[in-house]
Amino acid sequence: MSVKDYIRERFFPHIWCPGCGHGIVLNSFLRAVEQLKINKNKIVITSGIGCSARISGYVDFHSLHTIHGRALAFATGLKLSKPKLKIIVPMGDGDALAIGGNHFIHAARRNIDVTAIIMNNRIYGMTGGQYSPLSGLNIKASTAPFLTIENDFNIVELAKAAGASFVARTTTYHVLEAVTLLKKAIKHKGFSVIEILSQCPTYFGRKNKKGDACSMLELYKKNTGKIGSKKLNNNPDLIKRGIFVNNNKPEYCEEYEKIIQKAATAAAIRQI
Amino acid sequence: MTSKIKFVHGNEACVRGALYAGVNFFAGYPITPSTEIAEILSQKLPEQGDKFIQMEDEIASMCAIIGASLTGHKVMTATSGPGFSLKQEALGYACMAEIPCVIVNVQRGGPSTGNPTHVSQGDVNQARWGTHGDHSIIALTASNHQDIFETTVNAFNFAETYRTPVILLFDETICHMREKLIIPRKNDIPIVNRFRTSLKKHVDYHPYLPREDGRLPMSDFGDVHRYNVTGLFHDMWGFPSNNPKIVQELLHHINDKIENSIHEITKYKEHYLENAEYILISYGSSARSAIHMAKNRTQRGEKIGVLELQSLWPFPHALVREKCSKAKAVLVVEMNMGQILNQVKLALGDSKNVFLANRIDGNLITPTNIKALLRVIQGRGV
Amino acid sequence: MARLKLKEHLINQDWCKGCGICVHFCPKKVLKLNAMERVEVLNPENCICCKFCELRCPDLAIEVLTTQDGKHD
Ligand SMILES: Cc1ncc(C[n+]2csc(CCOP(=O)(O)OP(=O)(O)O)c2C)c(N)n1
Ligand code: SF4
Ligand code: SF4
Ligand code: SF4
Repeated sequence: MSVKDYIRERFFPHIWCPGCGHGIVLNSFLRAVEQLKINKNKIVITSGIGCSARISGYVDFHSLHTIHGRALAFATGLKLSKPKLKIIVPMGDGDALAIGGNHFIHAARRNIDVTAIIMNNRIYGMTGGQYSPLSGLNIKASTAPFLTIENDFNIVELAKAAGASFVARTTTYHVLEAVTLLKKAIKHKGFSVIEILSQCPTYFGRKNKKGDACSMLELYKKNTGKIGSKKLNNNPDLIKRGIFVNNNKPEYCEEYEKIIQKAATAAAIRQI
Repeated sequence: MTSKIKFVHGNEACVRGALYAGVNFFAGYPITPSTEIAEILSQKLPEQGDKFIQMEDEIASMCAIIGASLTGHKVMTATSGPGFSLKQEALGYACMAEIPCVIVNVQRGGPSTGNPTHVSQGDVNQARWGTHGDHSIIALTASNHQDIFETTVNAFNFAETYRTPVILLFDETICHMREKLIIPRKNDIPIVNRFRTSLKKHVDYHPYLPREDGRLPMSDFGDVHRYNVTGLFHDMWGFPSNNPKIVQELLHHINDKIENSIHEITKYKEHYLENAEYILISYGSSARSAIHMAKNRTQRGEKIGVLELQSLWPFPHALVREKCSKAKAVLVVEMNMGQILNQVKLALGDSKNVFLANRIDGNLITPTNIKALLRVIQGRGV
Repeated sequence: MARLKLKEHLINQDWCKGCGICVHFCPKKVLKLNAMERVEVLNPENCICCKFCELRCPDLAIEVLTTQDGKHD
């Protein structure tokens, strides 16, 4: 099978701007699924609202395009009701961590077997470049003409603290790494989070004089370092890439099966 | 199997009805006075091998049941005023994406946190217009536990038949009081199950193409048909479209499928209505007082009847017109500031003889309250 | 491991949005944007089949078709 076998070709070219990182995330994601050879009927992709969320319409899986910020809550219903499905949830940084922040930490806390892909462009792309909880300080946005004064989240630390059992970070520049990490995240049993730094040249790039898509990718190359690499050891302030958490703690749906066993036993005893 | 007689509170009657109808997924968040529904289901569902989850809030609960409905489950959530407010956006999504689901709102005093442990019927209009955009909705209610049971079964049946969310508008009094409930035998009340497409793999399936009879067969997520579900206007495959023709047709469809079925959806009861000169229109726990009062007066030779509505939306204007055409006066008995009153006025046109007997202080309206107003109307003084 | 050998670059002109990512990051300067702001192959002979152009294209508009040198299967 080729990558094309996993997309709904009739909707291409897609709606994203030239050079948008979300297209690269789509590209990496398709390769990950292709290499994992998962049956298309077993995958549900569910997303909220945003440029990033539009990814769900382009892939040939069961697709559920929901409302802003709530995709993980829909995903929880899908997964718990039919645990054999693979649930993938691509989200923008605003979708995942502003309006959807509560669902994000609770999905992580439950450690439900869902893969969250956070396409972090540090801005609200779809609505025209307003700042997001991932913008960080001193960023220009259409709602921050005098620059931002809000701190950003560290998605990796947040996911870790909330209890996600797989947490990784990469960028749209590091595509081979992205494919490898996506494969690991999708295969992982439990709540897996993969943050992919993804450029929005149209708003973030233009407003913050970061240049075009190519220059933004160059920055990802320059400003990040792989965990364990010499580059990172020499420059510990770089943004870290790689796997931060990977453990096997109990997964929600599997634990729920134990509840069903307990309930059945209790009911049987009551019958006696 | 014989019928089982129980002595339960209204929330349990609702749960029993839901189980009878085949509920097999529930997501909720605790809130008085609906919490017992979640508590009982947290035991019953796993006992039968099914899923219960307490979500992080009401928004998430609503979203979770929509997800579970798409995998082929019969789903429900239960809440009260503030939680019902939170559910609105996802409720509108379910209307747009045509996802069967049942939402229970055990009404308490509002707005805001209001009067959590006291009765109200203040969410009638919210059930109809709480979301943005034009869409129709089905909202049902009941005034006793036997009817709560049956209405809950109907709610699941309508949700599957019309592929739509159905709201159960109960209230604090009815759901917290205890009375007898006879659980019907299997098949005594017909059950509508998920209507799935018979199309096989590789045959083009259209999740949003209504058949001639208006029904839309579904396909479970995880099955052979991969399609798209979205809250955007969409074509017959579920893919986003802003083609004006498609937009307009879909908007008509989600309204018409319900409004055109008003005869099948409308449920009501008549109490002493024949030849009644004065008609009380009521529903839910306030209908109990209305019925009590009418019974009392009828025994003394007065001609007072009750039209008890068991479906509030779509509102049965024609029924109200027909039943009230000969009445000297119509009293709408409800515990809000006249939400059904407005519909009755709309139905009867001439509103000079339509009156509101209400109570909004958190206490159940009593037969005496209703009688006092009736005496004034009848010109018999206060 | 057998070395990959270029068969051709499959370019979908209708999908390419001319972002220039493939051109910019090609290690061998094989590609260029034409006057229409669409990608074109300039020096196919220099291609080392690393496929980074294909992997980084946000529009799935370029595919590097290869054969395995000296190996027929
Ligand atoms: C409840 C609600 N609030 C606001 C919006 C408007 N809205 C749509 S997308 C979006 C933000 C998108 O930003 P992000 O999630 O970071 O994704 P991106 O577009 O950058 O990929 C907002 C605020 C909405 N659709 N729904
Ligand atoms: S606005 Fe930004 S995020 Fe949205 S498609 Fe354009 S580049 Fe991508
Ligand atoms: S990366 Fe893709 S879209 Fe961009 S110029 Fe190259 S082929 Fe065209
Ligand atoms: S495969 Fe590598 S060398 Fe060849 S054109 Fe693409 S990026 Fe350049």
